[in-house]
Amino acid sequence: MTISAPPAQLFDCRDAFVGTLEALAQTNNDIIAVCNDSVGSSKLGGFRDKWPGRLINVGIAEQNMVGVGAGLANGGKIPFVCAASCFLTGRALEQIKADVAYTNTNVKLCGISSGMAYGELGPTHHSIEDFAWIRALPNVPVIAPADRAETIAAVTWSAHHEGPVFLRLSRVGVPDLLPEGHVFELGKANMLRDGTDLTIIANGVLSHRAMAAAQMLAERGISARVLNMATVRPIDRDAVLAAANETGAILTCEEHTVYGGLGSAVAEAVVETRPVPMKLLGVPGIFAPTGSANFLLDEFGMSPAGIAESARELMKKKA
Amino acid sequence: MTPNELRVIANHIRRRDLQAVFEAGAGHIGGEMSVTDILTALYFRILSIDPANPDAPDRDRLILSKGHTACALYVTLAEKGFIPKDEISTFLKPHSRLNGHPNRTKVPGVEANTGPLGHGLPIGVGMAMAAKLDKADWRTFVVTGDGEMQEGSNWEAIMAASQFRLDNLTLIIDHNRLQQGARLSDTNDVAPFAPKLEAFGWAVEEIDGHDMAAISAALDRSAITPGKPKCIVAHTFKGQGISFMTDDVAWHHKVPSADQYKQAMSELEEAL
Repeated sequence: MTISAPPAQLFDCRDAFVGTLEALAQTNNDIIAVCNDSVGSSKLGGFRDKWPGRLINVGIAEQNMVGVGAGLANGGKIPFVCAASCFLTGRALEQIKADVAYTNTNVKLCGISSGMAYGELGPTHHSIEDFAWIRALPNVPVIAPADRAETIAAVTWSAHHEGPVFLRLSRVGVPDLLPEGHVFELGKANMLRDGTDLTIIANGVLSHRAMAAAQMLAERGISARVLNMATVRPIDRDAVLAAANETGAILTCEEHTVYGGLGSAVAEAVVETRPVPMKLLGVPGIFAPTGSANFLLDEFGMSPAGIAESARELMKKKA
Repeated sequence: MTPNELRVIANHIRRRDLQAVFEAGAGHIGGEMSVTDILTALYFRILSIDPANPDAPDRDRLILSKGHTACALYVTLAEKGFIPKDEISTFLKPHSRLNGHPNRTKVPGVEANTGPLGHGLPIGVGMAMAAKLDKADWRTFVVTGDGEMQEGSNWEAIMAASQFRLDNLTLIIDHNRLQQGARLSDTNDVAPFAPKLEAFGWAVEEIDGHDMAAISAALDRSAITPGKPKCIVAHTFKGQGISFMTDDVAWHHKVPSADQYKQAMSELEEAL
């Protein structure tokens, strides 16, 4: 009989996001928050109370919101444009393309409650296309932190990076994975666990599930490497190539459609470097049924047991 | 600069634009002729800008939101000294900086990469807010087409500019009453603009968009209403200055034949 470990404490990474943003804003007057009536859901109440003039709430008008961000950047400001990721990236995609990416403005796009965080609210509120949409645009790094430490590190990096950034943040509770004081490096995966039989690549709310799956696999004698791949663009081709060479099979897990997201980015690197068997886990190209974020991830085969099962199936395809 | 001097410059810009469109075999000649007087007044009388220092933090900002009339902007920027005059001959050529819509990352003096309509005014709102945050007195100007005002994003920005009391923001609507395929009134008649903008809390002035004295006066700092963003409805003609193009929807992006080019050029020369 096995004694299960006590459930890990879970954290809403929006708190790490706004805590970091406020700390940065304390020492840099140019940092501005812009939002679409989402002061509450973006957790910007504290920022507003400290610097009322530096919180620009444009109301429910996302196209204007992103344009305003681009104009603020032109005027020397560092705008963090915050909105539910589904509305930020869906409604304002052309503004993101022209005003932010193409004009190469110093706008930090913060997609809050991304993925299926709004679970039961349904597919209109799911943001499972944003990796694909934003990844297709030049100039915009796409970053999905996995926990508190990585959120703090990625927000700090974004504030100091000159140019656009898309930060994909969640509200779904996640345990700590990376050490306190973690430093974010763009386009650099973190190996959370080494292994030799296959590699599981994940990011955002999937990274801790991938770790749990690797533990289950280890109990069955399978050695899985786990890469936390926060940066979807530019993808860490070196880490992908090493995974292909050293483990011979790659399983990707993402809170996103399998069309055009993390799995696709990894697959692009794999086919151009060293083709190995792959399996892409994610939302399988459908509008999700009713359910919470965690229910839907399980439903789409991304419970730890589901990921482990896919890993075992993938292993059979290894040469 | 006097209205007469501005007229001479505008005439020169029209001729250079006409030549560029003729030689490139493409362009948006109708809207370029309608916006030329507005651009000339802005660049040669109103804007506080320095071609030698195009990114000076306290410069005035102009966004040509009707980005398809980029050629008129390029010629104006060349006349002002932002880019070499002889570079205009590269318009639309492979690898030229001067493509069909302006690009800030390549062309000094351009403030935003426009092209898709309805983008300039939201960006202008952000610029005006940046100036307000810094308590700086530089101004922001946005030029849109009238058909462009059918884009909903403009009305989002119109509401925000009023809410934030952006009296350092000026919108100039190039009201030539024609859009790509037909008259505004036969398509989606967003005119009249003045009562709509006033209802949204803007200060509005209607002018003859080809009268240099009127354009200059309306754009002057003294014409600002404190606490209100300003809209200038500039009544213009598509194809202004060239008789057979004037107010004719066919000339949205038609290219003149050799004979038409000769006639258009001689009409513009005679007008000098």
